[in-house]
Amino acid sequence: MPETRTDSSPADTPNAVSGTPAATQGSSSAAEDSAVLFEREDDILAIRLLGTWSLDAGLPSTADLERELANGPAPKRIVFDTTELGAWDSALVTFVAKAGQLCRAKGIPIDRSRLPAGLMRLLQLAEAVPEARDVRTVAAAPGLLTRLGQIGIGYGGSLREALTFLGEFGMAFGSMLRGRARYQVSDLALIIQQCGANALGIVSLISFLVGVILAFMGAVQLQKVGAQIFVANLVAIGMVREMGAMMTAIIMSGRTGAAFAAQLGTMKVTQEIDALQTMGLSPMEFLVVPRVVALVLMMPLLCAYSDFLGIMGGAAVGSVMLHLPLFGYLDTSLHAVDLTSLFGGLFKAATYGVLIALAGCLRGFQSGSSSSAVGDAATSAVVTSIVLVVVACGIFAVIFNILGL
Amino acid sequence: MAADKLETIRAPDSTSHIEVRNISIGYGSFVVMKDINFAVGRKEIFIIMGGSGSGKSTLLRTLLGLLEPAAGEVLYNGESFTRADPDQRLRMLRRFGVTYQSGALWSSMTLAENVALPLSEYTNLSPAEIREVASLKLAMVGLKGFEDFYPAQISGGMQKRAGLARAIALDPEVLFFDEPSAGLDPITSRRLDDLILELRDSLGSTVMVVTHELASIFAIGDDSVLLDGESRTPIAYGNPRQLRDHSADPRVRSFLTRGEPPAGSVQDRG
Repeated sequence: MPETRTDSSPADTPNAVSGTPAATQGSSSAAEDSAVLFEREDDILAIRLLGTWSLDAGLPSTADLERELANGPAPKRIVFDTTELGAWDSALVTFVAKAGQLCRAKGIPIDRSRLPAGLMRLLQLAEAVPEARDVRTVAAAPGLLTRLGQIGIGYGGSLREALTFLGEFGMAFGSMLRGRARYQVSDLALIIQQCGANALGIVSLISFLVGVILAFMGAVQLQKVGAQIFVANLVAIGMVREMGAMMTAIIMSGRTGAAFAAQLGTMKVTQEIDALQTMGLSPMEFLVVPRVVALVLMMPLLCAYSDFLGIMGGAAVGSVMLHLPLFGYLDTSLHAVDLTSLFGGLFKAATYGVLIALAGCLRGFQSGSSSSAVGDAATSAVVTSIVLVVVACGIFAVIFNILGL
Repeated sequence: MAADKLETIRAPDSTSHIEVRNISIGYGSFVVMKDINFAVGRKEIFIIMGGSGSGKSTLLRTLLGLLEPAAGEVLYNGESFTRADPDQRLRMLRRFGVTYQSGALWSSMTLAENVALPLSEYTNLSPAEIREVASLKLAMVGLKGFEDFYPAQISGGMQKRAGLARAIALDPEVLFFDEPSAGLDPITSRRLDDLILELRDSLGSTVMVVTHELASIFAIGDDSVLLDGESRTPIAYGNPRQLRDHSADPRVRSFLTRGEPPAGSVQDRG
């Protein structure tokens, strides 16, 4: 009792070109589409493969075979009939492999001897090496407590790493002060140029605009009570005490901190750091010390420059929008600021410089050995240094308040 | 399985330059290779061979102190490197020259500056003299005239040779090569082998090479260890040519013949 069912249109393929894995033409014509027919004869289930099998037409499913096997008594043997099979590619290989798995799971022997020779070879290739066990990591979802613990251990580890880094830097810095650190003066000069002079443009722009914004916001409020001239005090004190150092620090985090992390990360990938170490040169002395020194020297200078440009930005708003005399404005600004505020701001800038340089270098050293890891290192250098700068700013505010400065 | 000892492991004696005693290596708790024992005589070219991922480069990093061994110790001239304090280590490191897989030239410096750095750090030569020595070293590896090029401006093979020039800047007692022929064409790779032999003979250095390039192994190797990634132990010690022809272990013969039967011994494969 032969029972016949079709997947798609009953394909009529007169020229069966078995054994040539080639998708000759697009399977656009419906007559060439692949089809699977099932025929039962006694205990044998024959799977008839028809038409052109191409990946372009999508992967045929083995659901029909499963249904066929579930229907009626289990056959004793399964054979393939490929007399009407056209051209085929990996679509057919995948189908036969899946069918094989299905039958093996049900314990039905499958006879593949009538399949095209090329297909047999491909199947043998795929089945030659048994599936590697214990390779796929079993993603057993850890419990909440486990995860909390792992996060805690992770933070503990990175804290210890950071402290080790800090300690090593302290020792390297000490030997630099004693004139025993090995680094190249030309390197230091180059870094000073990169993080000092080359940053002037962006610092000018941002600082001037911050001065303008401060003045503008103040002006709108102070005009209401006729106290426009106090805009000068507001901008001068704001820039010199806080904003100058803060804005410079944020610019330098994005500009120089990221650059440090990327440089050191790349040097790690290309084994340049290994080369330093095996040459007996400490990467801490050779790479980190000059970077920290350069940034500590440059940050106060950039900060003073930023203070000046911020006040000029305020003066621009004052004279254009509030019609205040320029020299009167600048004179008021000068009297508003005392040396304590100025040096307080510069000291903060130097501190931020240490934090940015150390964060950048630490993240660079922690970088993994791939191009994406270097990108991650740069990103996390920026995030870390901005967080450190803002936290330090808060701590400074408290300390300065206690000291009454 | 016990390691195949064709030429029995050189008994560590006063002539052995490098001695590796019972080293286990790995990252964290993951053991890559254990029970490694060998001794290298002066002026020998010793090859660390093994398949990809068998821990050849990790072993090299351990020998250089870039990684600490999980167990065992490394001795140079009978002096423990593993247990040395940082100052002693520095003193020993100064007698090494290392070339890395990718060259690892410092990319912010020219070739001459790369070679000059160890000279300016460890000798009292004047800048003019340093420049002269650096040029000479570059000339020795066939890079005369490229002094002021940056590493990014030259080809991969030239970078490797420049790395070699830097490694021999201080006339090292031990030269380490990490995959010297990786990424090089057969002719360039052959020339590098000749250069290694030449330098060994002229400088009198002991040479350690990590490689799986069979042609190089047979061309330059005096002695070798074969690391097996599957059993995580060394499976053979000895002269690579002799191992290829006479080893009793099929894994060793198969590695050294690319899994093909060597000419004249087809019957071995049954």
